[in-house]
Amino acid sequence: MQELVNIFIKSIFIDNMVFAYFLGMCSYLAVSKTVKTSVGLGIAVIFVLGITVPVDYLLNEYLLAPGALTWLDASFIDVDLSFLSFIMFIAVIASMVQLVEMVIEKFSPALYSSLGIFLPLIAVNCAILGGSLFMQEREYQSIAEATSFGLGSGVGWFIAIVGIAAIREKIRYSNVPAPLRGLGITFIITGLMGMAFMMFMGIQL
Amino acid sequence: MSTEKTEREPLFSPKYRKLLTTPLGRENPITVQVLGICSALAVTAKLEPAFVMAISVMAVMGIGNVVIAALRNTIPPRIRIIVQLVVIAALVILVDQVLKAFAYDVSKQLSVFVGLIITNCIIMGRFEAFAMANKVWPSFLDGIGNAWGYGWILIVVAFFRELLGSGTIWGYAVIPSSWYIDNGGFYSNNGMMILPPMALITVGVIIWVQRKKDTELIEEN
Amino acid sequence: MFTNRYIFIYSSVMVIIVAAILSTAAMVLKPYQERNIAIAKIQGVLLAADIKANTENAETLFDQVILEELVIDQDGKVTGRFSKGQLTDGNDRAFDLNLKKELYNKRQENPYKVPLYMAETDSGKIFIIPLLGKGLWGPIYGNISLKADMSTIYGAEFGNDKETPGLGAEISDRGFALQFLGKTIFNEQGQFVSITVKKGGVGTMPADARIHGVDAISGGTITSDAVTKMLENCLENYVAYFKSQQ
Repeated sequence: MQELVNIFIKSIFIDNMVFAYFLGMCSYLAVSKTVKTSVGLGIAVIFVLGITVPVDYLLNEYLLAPGALTWLDASFIDVDLSFLSFIMFIAVIASMVQLVEMVIEKFSPALYSSLGIFLPLIAVNCAILGGSLFMQEREYQSIAEATSFGLGSGVGWFIAIVGIAAIREKIRYSNVPAPLRGLGITFIITGLMGMAFMMFMGIQL
Repeated sequence: MSTEKTEREPLFSPKYRKLLTTPLGRENPITVQVLGICSALAVTAKLEPAFVMAISVMAVMGIGNVVIAALRNTIPPRIRIIVQLVVIAALVILVDQVLKAFAYDVSKQLSVFVGLIITNCIIMGRFEAFAMANKVWPSFLDGIGNAWGYGWILIVVAFFRELLGSGTIWGYAVIPSSWYIDNGGFYSNNGMMILPPMALITVGVIIWVQRKKDTELIEEN
Repeated sequence: MFTNRYIFIYSSVMVIIVAAILSTAAMVLKPYQERNIAIAKIQGVLLAADIKANTENAETLFDQVILEELVIDQDGKVTGRFSKGQLTDGNDRAFDLNLKKELYNKRQENPYKVPLYMAETDSGKIFIIPLLGKGLWGPIYGNISLKADMSTIYGAEFGNDKETPGLGAEISDRGFALQFLGKTIFNEQGQFVSITVKKGGVGTMPADARIHGVDAISGGTITSDAVTKMLENCLENYVAYFKSQQ
């Protein structure tokens, strides 16, 4: 249990998707103009990461990793399909996003209309694929650890985008040098936020 | 036959050359279109991985644009996103396998970021915006041009981060060792440059310089 | 314009073509990839024996220098011997063991096996032990070699993939590894004490413990602690075997 909490906290603050690995930057920069929309996108990312990472974990464990097919037959011990993992992961992500979209549309039309446009965007958000690739690389040992990592990364991304959106709303009243306005200053603020997040690095978990 | 030939544009007509050059400045994928930033920043602590990343993206984009442009009239619109993803993913797997076989050290440094070329929005963006509607040769030029526009930003960022952060260029020491404080000098590498936040700030400064020169790119706020 | 039938056939053909291309590429390139991994492993082992090998001569040097490869189980018993290109005992070759998997088995308290290489050098027989652990951002690894007394360190080598450059990544620096030479992993009473990577420097340790410590990387505390942990976790697997040999 303690291990799960550790992974969760670590993936929010120390291994933050945006500040430590720059993942999901495209939508992070494009959708962070107002707090309201960024909250919507952030929740959608938590949602999708929380689902796709465990699903890709199962896929990796029982299909792709070297020797993963032994549950079918012991003679498959040497089969290594890991070269297919990119294509399988992205397929799972695309279909999961589609599925989540359909489920939300059916059961919560209100949530659907607020998330609506963001959900399809998420399929090409690198934070989602990055989550699955990091899961594979770091070799989490159980599905619970993978889920905890997925949710934690999502929450970390949510905090980052809501934070930058709040700052951008305020900075509109400041006198930023003309060539820096918009994109330039957003980059620099993200850098400064990243430095602030680096203080979490020394935490022993 | 001959009439058709005279109607064809030469391979490097001004129009085609423009496809190669606008992505370097006015239409730069990173600093103007804000695409493909994810993978751009993480691999720029040193020049070598940044260069390999730029070449990999160029290979995927050049070949991908050609494949999509060649298939553009056969792809059913309903499954076009999936088709594009499959083409990208297949090319990226090839690049990853080749790197693992022939540039093992670099492939270890790039780790998951080779895989993340798949979700590099530049590639999907160019497939949708250009290759789906244009012939093979201009698509190829467009792919190379955009990849190079992406690549040169990577290389500039990596150059400054490696020079100021490690005192080396491409792994070769360029700061005389007698300058260092350890050896009685006055200079010390700025370790901060190698850490993630400084990549963002470096790109921010590049954007600043570019918009200072080309004032039409300045945003409202 | 496009019928469902067309879409279905189109996607099937696409999947088959892509699968064929990828499988071919994976099969063609596999030998190169495996050779790269094997050579990186060999270079590490040789570096701990103080021999620098390049990609061309690594395999021949390895065959010349390494006298015997042993597989040792959790009770310190030898379950496999391999020398001069053939198995002489058991049916495991030490070089083919997956250390990551074995250490995972150890954590799960399952039976596990570890590799040990024996080499001949100018200063006598040495034992080379591969190391693997978890750093701050990713895996850290290395090799350490012991002199014939099975306690004094003859050579060491460390590597990392993504520790912080300039800080934790400095463990890959030759200077860090050279500190280990001459240190001992057993104390005078013959107890296993491993090697501690000490923050603040060896000078802050009690005088009689300094022979079991090296200086940490400044600014790389977490990676330094990870090296300490890795050394203890990997070296302790051999204690039973060394005791049985003395």
